[in-house]
Amino acid sequence: MSQHEKGIGDVILDVKNISLRFGGVNALSDISFNVREHEIRAIIGPNGAGKSSMLNCINGVYIPQEGSITFRGQTFSHMNSRQVAVMGVARTFQNLALFKGMNVIDNIMSGRNLKMKSNIFQQAIRIGPAAREEAEHRAVVENIIDFLEIQAHRKTPVGRLPYGLQKRVDLGRALAMEPQVLLLDEPMAGMNVEEKQDMSRFVLDVNDEFGTTIVLIEHDMSVVMDISDRVVVLDYGKKIGDGTPSEVRNNQDVINAYLGTSH
Amino acid sequence: MTQVETGSSSIAAMGNSTFPRLLQQHALARPQGAALREKEYGIWQTVTWSSLKTQVETLAAGLKSRGFERGQHLALVGENRPRLYAMMIAVQTLGGVPVPLYQDAVAQEMVFVFQNAEIAFAMVEDQEQVDKLLEISPQCAQIAHIIYDDPRGLRNYDDDRMLSFEALLEAGKQYMAQHPGFFDAQLQQSSPEEAAAMFYTSGTTGNPKGVIHTHRNLITMSRVASEMEGLGPNEEVLAYLPMAWIGQNIFSYSQWLVTGFTVNCPESSETVSSDMREVGPTYYFAPPRVLEALLTQVTIRMEDAAPFKRKLYQYFMDVARSVGGRLLDGEATVSLLDRVKYKLGSWIIYGPLRNSLGMSKIRVAYTAGEAIGPDLFVFYRSLGINLKQLYGSTETAVFVCVQPNGQVKADTVGPPVKGVELRISESGEVLIRSPGLLREYYKNAVATAEVKDAEGWYHTGDAGYFDNDGHLKIIDRAKDVGKLSSGSMFAPKYIENKLKFFPYIKEVVAFGDQRNEVMAFINIDFEACGNWAEKRNVGYAGYVDLAGRNEVIDLIRECIEQCNADLANDPVMSASQITRFLVLHKELDADDGEMTRTRKVRRGAIAEKYGVLIDALYTGKDKCFIDTQVKFEDGRTGSVSADLKIVNTKTFSTVKAAA
Repeated sequence: MSQHEKGIGDVILDVKNISLRFGGVNALSDISFNVREHEIRAIIGPNGAGKSSMLNCINGVYIPQEGSITFRGQTFSHMNSRQVAVMGVARTFQNLALFKGMNVIDNIMSGRNLKMKSNIFQQAIRIGPAAREEAEHRAVVENIIDFLEIQAHRKTPVGRLPYGLQKRVDLGRALAMEPQVLLLDEPMAGMNVEEKQDMSRFVLDVNDEFGTTIVLIEHDMSVVMDISDRVVVLDYGKKIGDGTPSEVRNNQDVINAYLGTSH
Repeated sequence: MTQVETGSSSIAAMGNSTFPRLLQQHALARPQGAALREKEYGIWQTVTWSSLKTQVETLAAGLKSRGFERGQHLALVGENRPRLYAMMIAVQTLGGVPVPLYQDAVAQEMVFVFQNAEIAFAMVEDQEQVDKLLEISPQCAQIAHIIYDDPRGLRNYDDDRMLSFEALLEAGKQYMAQHPGFFDAQLQQSSPEEAAAMFYTSGTTGNPKGVIHTHRNLITMSRVASEMEGLGPNEEVLAYLPMAWIGQNIFSYSQWLVTGFTVNCPESSETVSSDMREVGPTYYFAPPRVLEALLTQVTIRMEDAAPFKRKLYQYFMDVARSVGGRLLDGEATVSLLDRVKYKLGSWIIYGPLRNSLGMSKIRVAYTAGEAIGPDLFVFYRSLGINLKQLYGSTETAVFVCVQPNGQVKADTVGPPVKGVELRISESGEVLIRSPGLLREYYKNAVATAEVKDAEGWYHTGDAGYFDNDGHLKIIDRAKDVGKLSSGSMFAPKYIENKLKFFPYIKEVVAFGDQRNEVMAFINIDFEACGNWAEKRNVGYAGYVDLAGRNEVIDLIRECIEQCNADLANDPVMSASQITRFLVLHKELDADDGEMTRTRKVRRGAIAEKYGVLIDALYTGKDKCFIDTQVKFEDGRTGSVSADLKIVNTKTFSTVKAAA
């Protein structure tokens, strides 16, 4: 199957002229790019290039000083992370932010938080609608567990799982939000080759089965080139490349940024 | 030395059915009873007998609409899944032959089977298996229909040969609407003498051979064994071994349809142990390696437990070892005090342990396939788990010998089951005549004639004999068995296995063919002997040093003498007691050509390489110098030399046979 046959749609997320400063440090300067529906969009760049900052801007964690983000036709100059989540953007974290003492089911269930309608008191005593609602949410969670093939670890506290599986649980929690756009911050960092292959397959499957649009940050070039449809390259907070993997690979600025040159 | 179990008049009637007909009977007798369960989305989902029947009918119609003919083969590739089971019955209804294949085989390994059996239809579990079939399809042009259960990842495949399970059911519904009464007509045609399934045996030499069994073969043997164990519709079975293995087919397909119990399919291969805890099977099969892995887990966890718990465990396990097995056999000689102690232990230790192993409800458990260590065997029995050994193979539809309740011994496989005749040939080979014998090898008359003689005796290739109670004892492959110069049988592997069950002994090479006495090379288990030595403050510099320490040699001698005492109890093997041995100064290694990659001793190579040592053993020297070339793992070579001590061991006179 070619990546181009899967029906990539219109622009779903449009980032325009974003600049982000921390005091005197220009983390991002004047970055613009867009993400189309159903595509896998990679953001790459050397350390400190501003990749995670970019994700944090989209995610509403950082509020950029300049620029706007348009999601499904609605333009925002700033919004908080909860609003972003409600709109259907979920993310995973570079340094896993899971609840280590809770088991896999509960961790993924926490991703359903926004979808729960009954209040905390109803849930605590599990009266009528709350119990039914919980069963429905649990069904979604079980679906994800099945999808990510972690059936054997349902009841295991996440802290006891190996790193590669924790990453999967992190992905599972993001999926529990049934997002339209999924932001993945280095989903394959620290994994061995086999775990990377598994994770790549899951990312592709999510994209394919659920039609989720994926924005991912990744260091491993072979992974990026294999699975992404288009790539944005950042260096020192500036965009230095944008295009298909093969275009980016042959871009002289990108080569310089990765192989080093005198600035 | 002939053992014949009679009762074959009723045996013929026992197999007078076919699997599709058995399904009809269950659907009538217990329509809402659970036929299959599968854990999906964290919940055990039940397939009732009546819904299974409907599914099978629709499937059969679907296959028919795709042009499936009587006598055709259909390959099944996947884990145990209810839909694969349903497919098997559907194929048998149409007079076809299901051919289950190992789901973990790589694609190229499947080529031979697909070509040999000219398989056009295949039902597979998921994308992984679909990929394999598509990969081999250029070599196997006849593959025309690939039916898949789990559509995940297959959405973008574009291949006319692929068909989802749902689509097949849909096609079946249409076909049934156009051809009412089609299913009953097919059912009428099915006959017990038709081939019911084909299993490929893993050929250690040459290509695998397809073993054809008829409905009558499989049903007769399943019924015989079910009656013997009193299996009924209330049993719970966990189907976790590969479908391609005939044992899995007998335990959770043939016997399932014969008795109507419930088969449970685990969620995935990783969840088997927790699924087993949830299901609590009453009828269970496990090869020795699975039992060993479970025991190791228990041991490791007990070693990490608090000292008080550890003490408690040790105390009660000692009690269990001394009386547990006897209680299970229903012996009356166990004292009241021991009974009270065992009861207490059952409450504090054995019960919870059985529960965490998922074995609380087991009534009958079998193990087979390879020699099981007596300690391992006794461990499970002493916990009150009715673990028994059986003997059989693909060609014999599994059941040849089964240990009856109350007559379980660690070193025999029991007497032949009803309907099976056993004979030991002149050369010591076990011959079998049974209603469960294969009809033939598929398209291989030569191989069939080799194993099945004119009078219908099947030559197993195993060497064995009957003990005083009429239980069969399997000792070795027939071709490895030799004779001592006194004329007694010499079965090296039997002796070697016996010794290898001692933790301190890693490998043994026994010599004795055409000689007057049996003598052996021993390889110590470095870790176990090292621990043993450290606990006794015996210092050592390395492997060669440890292997040469007098203390260690004494330890090994004690093991061998214990083994000799055991052999003396057995009139047939008594002459094979080991009279002299030496402990080798280096581990036998595949890199040095002394073992195969699967860690089997290469007798010939060793005899050649260590000829000096063998001479020294048999010429009565008390030590011998040897210098051996070794290959290190990094490819360099070096040499190890040592002055090996040769030690005499005590032998015991034969215990007079009671019978």
